[in-house]
Amino acid sequence: MILVLLLIIPLLGGLLAWAVSQRSNRLCRCFSLIALFADLAVLVILSVQYASNRNEQWFAFVKWSWIPQLGVSFELGADGLSLLFLWLTVILGIFAVVSSINEIQERIGFFHFNLMLILVGIMGVFTALDLFLFYFFWELMLVPMYFLISIWGHENRVYASIKFFIFTQAGGLFMLLSIIALYFIHGRVTGVYTFDYNELLSTAGASAVSIWLMLGFFIAFAVKLPAVPLHTWLADAHTEAPTAGSVILAGLLLKTGAYGLLRFVLPLFPSPAQQIAPVAMVLGVIGILYGAILAFAQKDAKRLVAYTSISHLGFVLLGVFAGNLLSLQGAVIIILAHGLSTGGLFILVGILQERLHTRDMNQMGGLWASVPRMGGVSLFLALASLGLPGLGNFVGEFLVLAGTWRVSPILTSIAAIGFILSAIYSLWFIQKVFHGPPVVSIVEPQRARQIADLGIREMAVMCLIMAGLIWLGLYPQPILNSAKPTLNAIQSKYVPVAEQTAGGEGSRTDVAH
Amino acid sequence: MLLAGGAVLIMLVLTVFRNHSLTLVLTVLTLAFSLAALPVSSSTPSKQVTSLLVFDSYSLFFMALIFGSALAVCVLSFGYMRDRRNIKEEFYILILLASLGCAGIVASSHFISFFLSLEILSVSLYVLIAYPRSEPNHIEAGIKYLIPAATSVAFLLLGAAFIYAYSGTMSFSGIAFSSTNVSIAHNLFLLVGLVMVVIGIGFKLGIVPFHLWTPDVYQGAPAPVTGFIATASKGAVFALLLRYWTTINVYDCKPVFTALVAIAIVTMLFGNLLALLQSNVKRILAYSSIAHIGYLLTALLAGGKWAVVAITLYLLTYFITTLGAFGVITVLSGKQTDIEMLDDYRGLSSRHPYLAGIFTGFLFSLAGIPLTAGFIGKFYIFSANVDGRLWLLLIVLIVSSVIGLFYYLKIVVALYKPVDEQQAIQGAAPSMSFAGGIVLGLLTVFLLWAGVYPSPFINLVKIMVSGLN
Repeated sequence: MILVLLLIIPLLGGLLAWAVSQRSNRLCRCFSLIALFADLAVLVILSVQYASNRNEQWFAFVKWSWIPQLGVSFELGADGLSLLFLWLTVILGIFAVVSSINEIQERIGFFHFNLMLILVGIMGVFTALDLFLFYFFWELMLVPMYFLISIWGHENRVYASIKFFIFTQAGGLFMLLSIIALYFIHGRVTGVYTFDYNELLSTAGASAVSIWLMLGFFIAFAVKLPAVPLHTWLADAHTEAPTAGSVILAGLLLKTGAYGLLRFVLPLFPSPAQQIAPVAMVLGVIGILYGAILAFAQKDAKRLVAYTSISHLGFVLLGVFAGNLLSLQGAVIIILAHGLSTGGLFILVGILQERLHTRDMNQMGGLWASVPRMGGVSLFLALASLGLPGLGNFVGEFLVLAGTWRVSPILTSIAAIGFILSAIYSLWFIQKVFHGPPVVSIVEPQRARQIADLGIREMAVMCLIMAGLIWLGLYPQPILNSAKPTLNAIQSKYVPVAEQTAGGEGSRTDVAH
Repeated sequence: MLLAGGAVLIMLVLTVFRNHSLTLVLTVLTLAFSLAALPVSSSTPSKQVTSLLVFDSYSLFFMALIFGSALAVCVLSFGYMRDRRNIKEEFYILILLASLGCAGIVASSHFISFFLSLEILSVSLYVLIAYPRSEPNHIEAGIKYLIPAATSVAFLLLGAAFIYAYSGTMSFSGIAFSSTNVSIAHNLFLLVGLVMVVIGIGFKLGIVPFHLWTPDVYQGAPAPVTGFIATASKGAVFALLLRYWTTINVYDCKPVFTALVAIAIVTMLFGNLLALLQSNVKRILAYSSIAHIGYLLTALLAGGKWAVVAITLYLLTYFITTLGAFGVITVLSGKQTDIEMLDDYRGLSSRHPYLAGIFTGFLFSLAGIPLTAGFIGKFYIFSANVDGRLWLLLIVLIVSSVIGLFYYLKIVVALYKPVDEQQAIQGAAPSMSFAGGIVLGLLTVFLLWAGVYPSPFINLVKIMVSGLN
């Protein structure tokens, strides 16, 4: 029941915000914020609930009949893993609303409605336990995101939004195909036609065509993640979206792909997943390097940040398919840390664009003198992004590499080059924008001195992000513990190929503790 | 039993009074009366009325759909017709006649009744398409409909003759009975006859090699009439096809089956690819309807118990969606011409936010996005195909759906583009009437209801088609 509340509150908030937007923009923003803070309160209750019964598989669970003819039910459930993702969703949602205050001045009501609807969709994805419902939420987050990009985006928004929609929809249809096929196979074997996740768990992997079913899911999640050959929508969508859209895209939408891999691909199809694991891991490594190199080549600040996402999510793909506890934990930490650090960077670039009216880094430079606080925060986030020890991303990437080493030392070594490349592009970004001669003065002579530094509101957001990253970097144990039961279950079903040949090393669990 | 058809005829006599509103009210009453008669007649068991017509829950269900859509078309076109300088009253009579034809097609169990109903439908459609005589493109469209339709009837007749020569009967069940134990491939008469009938029906449905009339007619016909052609007339023919599909054993005959698969694939791809090139909304919707018929064909080929439910449900959702989409076009069209170019829709969201919102919903439904009825329909089509294991068709279905998405989004993008001053003046004056608004509202409610909580709809469809197998 409480999970339903979690979904309904932002929906109502969005509707209310839309309704009052004719009268007052302020009120409209207030409503969305109130809704999200109420959600935060719900999450606190959920966390308390979780602390008190850790042993059950789903500590919060709802199941209502929805379309009984098809065996579809409205079934939500949360475990420790979903809980982490839900926290990330609500927090980034608040940041997105706050960061849109200056940027969005048109059709504010509809904007907030879309924003809230996306959040509902994302939280639905993170909790749905019925595959039909999962697909429903999966698509639900797509349409408002499309509007967000195509109405409030930047210059090239129409192209970017259509590309985004078509890529993700195509992936989604393949997943739908797999879901339906799974449904029929399960029905024929057991006589029970159902989309229930817990029931399908038993039959999915056993089928002869399970590799094809798995591929259907994998394509959908790989598009979202994005894995390399399917990544081309990302840079456009991220660059053209308004700041709030970019924050949600990078921070949350990409994570639904990772979540899908963790929740569906590995547990439902352990053995086919092993078969493609080498390919997937190579794709992950290619993503790490390719994203980093492309990021370095950009002169558009927002595009640069977008390509870093490809690089970081490459680590996630690598970690997920390496499939031991260490690497899975690493992937989860990266997901959270990347959400915070990239969200923060997008907000910063958004602020820069709002004040300078350009995203072109060649037209920036020497900003440190006029906006020292912005410079400091950027430096912090860039360092987090390049994996400075003590900050969240480092922990995640280190764990992934440590876990992958057991599976494939060669891939690990190549992936580690990503660390060097990320240092290059992160520092390059700082160098271009904040150091060097102030180029801005050439474009608009008086401009450089007039740029306002971060205000109180912006500073508050940044401080929270930085605090979160430090926490993840120094004391990730509570998070690791929260995700551990689920990850353990995944790992026990899924023992990577390389380890099997290496004599069952995978049974040596949990070195991190 | 014949009350439904009879009521239409009786009321037709009444509609000679020359008053626009009165005519509308009478027409609506007729249709509502016929609709109300349907549940009554469905309470009695199904019945064969002479050897020509059969009234069971299946045909009654489609009659309800047809009358419902005729009702929607009439009410929606009230505002549209009011603002034009034509003779208005006959329009409604023709719609009534056309829906009578459709109802007849759905209920027919004999070639004779099929032809008769088809002719009633076609003749009234010729006139309806060319109705606003003042404009040449309507007349052109009328002729473009006339010629293929006449050709298709010729094919049908010839096909029927061949089949008659083989089986000695013109009733569908008799034909089915006499051909059950015979392989189609080994009997030339039957094969040729069937192929000819398929060609004839293919013309009516706009399946790909026979689709050429569709875009021109859709574009040329007045918007409400286009809505009627797209739903009632195509739906009725498809319903008949579905009813007797199960009795013909196509699966034995590999070449025929392969040919049909190829037709379905070409239909889906062609419809969607050609729609990409259009900048006229009515043409886009025309090509999209070709593609939708292709989707339906895949389910038809899949066969099995899922297919019947899937097709019926898909037709139901397709009716709702298409009526809504053309309803919006009807309502938006001004005094002189239909608003149909993509540019005319620019910035609709700031001029008429509600209409734009509704139109977006219908377009997403056509694209099969969740939360709308179209998704449930598409879901069932997918299921039927998976059940029938037609993987090739499924892949094409996915690819063409993705292509389809592109042009639906093109319209949606136009709706939400910022407006130019000039265009804001041009595109003013929608012919909105209160009743039309209610119909659109109802359609939207159905759209979302079927999308979010489809259980009642599925139940209804399952009960209605239960008599078929």
